[in-house]
Amino acid sequence: MNATLTRRLRGQIPLLVTALLLVTMFGAGSVSYEGFFSGQVLLNLLIDNAFLLVVAVGMTFVILTGGIDLSVGAVLALSTMVSASLVEHHHWPMFAVIPLVLVIGTAGGWLMGWIIHTFEIQPFIVTLAGMFLARGLCYTISVESISITDPTYTSMAQTRIPLPGGTFVSPSAVIVVLVVAAAFVVLHFTRLGRNVYALGGNEQSALLMGLPVARTKIGVYAISGLCSALGGVLLTFYTLSGNSLHAVGLELDAIAAVVIGGTLLTGGTGYVLGTVLGVLVLGLIQTVISFQGTLSSWWTRIVIGALLFVFIVLQRLITTRRRA
Amino acid sequence: MTRHRLFWPATMLLVLLLANVAFTPDFFAIRLKDGHLYGSLIDILHFGAPLILVALGMTLVIATGGIDLSVGSTVAIAGALACLHISQAADPASAGAVAGAVVLALAVALVLGLVNGLLVSRVGVQPIIATLILMVAGRGVAQLITDGQIITVTSGPYRLIGGGYWLTAPFAVLLAGAMVLVTAVLTRSTALGMLLESVGGNPLASRLVGIRAQRLIALVYVFSALCAAVAGLMISSNVSAADGNNAGLWIELDAILAVVIGGTSLNGGRFSLGGTVLGALVIQTLSTTVYTIGVPPETTLVFKAVVVITVCLMQSPKFRAKSARKRRSRSSNDSRPESAAPANLEVGA
Repeated sequence: MNATLTRRLRGQIPLLVTALLLVTMFGAGSVSYEGFFSGQVLLNLLIDNAFLLVVAVGMTFVILTGGIDLSVGAVLALSTMVSASLVEHHHWPMFAVIPLVLVIGTAGGWLMGWIIHTFEIQPFIVTLAGMFLARGLCYTISVESISITDPTYTSMAQTRIPLPGGTFVSPSAVIVVLVVAAAFVVLHFTRLGRNVYALGGNEQSALLMGLPVARTKIGVYAISGLCSALGGVLLTFYTLSGNSLHAVGLELDAIAAVVIGGTLLTGGTGYVLGTVLGVLVLGLIQTVISFQGTLSSWWTRIVIGALLFVFIVLQRLITTRRRA
Repeated sequence: MTRHRLFWPATMLLVLLLANVAFTPDFFAIRLKDGHLYGSLIDILHFGAPLILVALGMTLVIATGGIDLSVGSTVAIAGALACLHISQAADPASAGAVAGAVVLALAVALVLGLVNGLLVSRVGVQPIIATLILMVAGRGVAQLITDGQIITVTSGPYRLIGGGYWLTAPFAVLLAGAMVLVTAVLTRSTALGMLLESVGGNPLASRLVGIRAQRLIALVYVFSALCAAVAGLMISSNVSAADGNNAGLWIELDAILAVVIGGTSLNGGRFSLGGTVLGALVIQTLSTTVYTIGVPPETTLVFKAVVVITVCLMQSPKFRAKSARKRRSRSSNDSRPESAAPANLEVGA
């Protein structure tokens, strides 16, 4: 085997491990629990984790440039709060609320990206401040949870799109598939995608090559903001409520999904489809824990943390060996 | 005088304190009742003690160019472990049970800090990611320890750590003060502080001149975890209960905020313990002020986020260079505004 091929294969190790993990977990679940082995369980992974998947896709863009966005969970919670308060307290129609929420999320992400780029402040501190700002704004809207009774929202929550074999998906799942497809096309077939990879590979080189570093860098945070806001919209379909405490700790889940999906935290290497696998692994952990029934829900967080730990160490081992 | 690095944090603290007098005229009054000191200023010190400790550990981590997001979870885990140990002891009020609880909490914090430190120094993971794992998974661990419940304890000796008085002053204040003092002596009277700044300024160069950079980096994360654990003991002792979900929630932002207000750059390479203590007191005073003037406490988060981003902007050499250029173009005969060059040099150090 020639050297280039070996190197390329080594880069795929985290992704292969993830795929293997997914198959093993699903196999073990099917053997251990009755009713686990079904197409609907797989589709439910997509339905139940739709919001996480959208957020993780946005996070993939940011991490590919070598940045980080800690504000995603809070921005998501803020868009559920804004939606719920506008729909319930001000009786706005759904089709006016959703674009507004998406614009707010995108603008917030754009602003954070602009501060990060213009003033050269580390992304984590800017997005951490963004996280607290968004959470704080949630509380200023309402300290209480707001439930949504609007008929268009409820119909979005209850619609089931039938699929062959007696299975079904929700409208959210369809939106997610479209988002993933769009991200895949943008990352692999457009100039923006190539700039994102180039920026993550080496920012200085990208600048010297004349790539639009500023626009790309600010753009990925705007994309992440848009995805977080869309995640919030999907969560309002799922839970029919706005809550300041929605999605606490979601940033770790999103980062974990991206890392488990084989994207390097240092940027430059990664796949959006890997992120999908990463989300499926996290979702499967939750499914197994709920099928088990005796384990408490906080085990999910601990297992995700442990898994992230393992994958980060694995990544470091692979990248250091490659450099040596 | 305005050039002294503690000038701005001290001014901020003073302005905030004076602002309180407008709402509570006897704000500065301190009374001695039953041999205990009482008063708003004492309250600020008392409630601020855990934050001072967490920020103290955070300062050294940031001095090496790192960050520790896991302090809030460590606070929760330490409190949960200590309360669990005491509630299971045969005699919760015995000094032995409390000593055991304290040792247990500190030992576990030591291990957690070591994991963070090794991930950063040996494995080479970015500090944000390494500590983010514990930040989120740690809440799960704290929940697991308390079994999702709030464990309440009634133990006189344990109560002393966070809620008790010693020599008329709150014990927590004395404890935090002692830890700040010891850290100041260790870092400023020995070469330790300089070595830390050197590692933060340029880890590679530090290693080349023979500084054990990896060991130092691991050490600061252990120190940060230990500080957080003591803060966790204080918080749980003060309310006589351990709450895995809410103890130390969002304290990491407060600690980072205290450090940056105190004039320590997030890029690492230099630190100011005095500044951090002032910064922590500014934040505690801000929280107190928000309560006294009747703004909904939930909005404090918005205040803090705005403050943190403003302070970071003011610290950013790019921002200073830009605003200086603007000022210069406006008044060209202004002899020496904050020029761009020294600001840039500062970071290069």
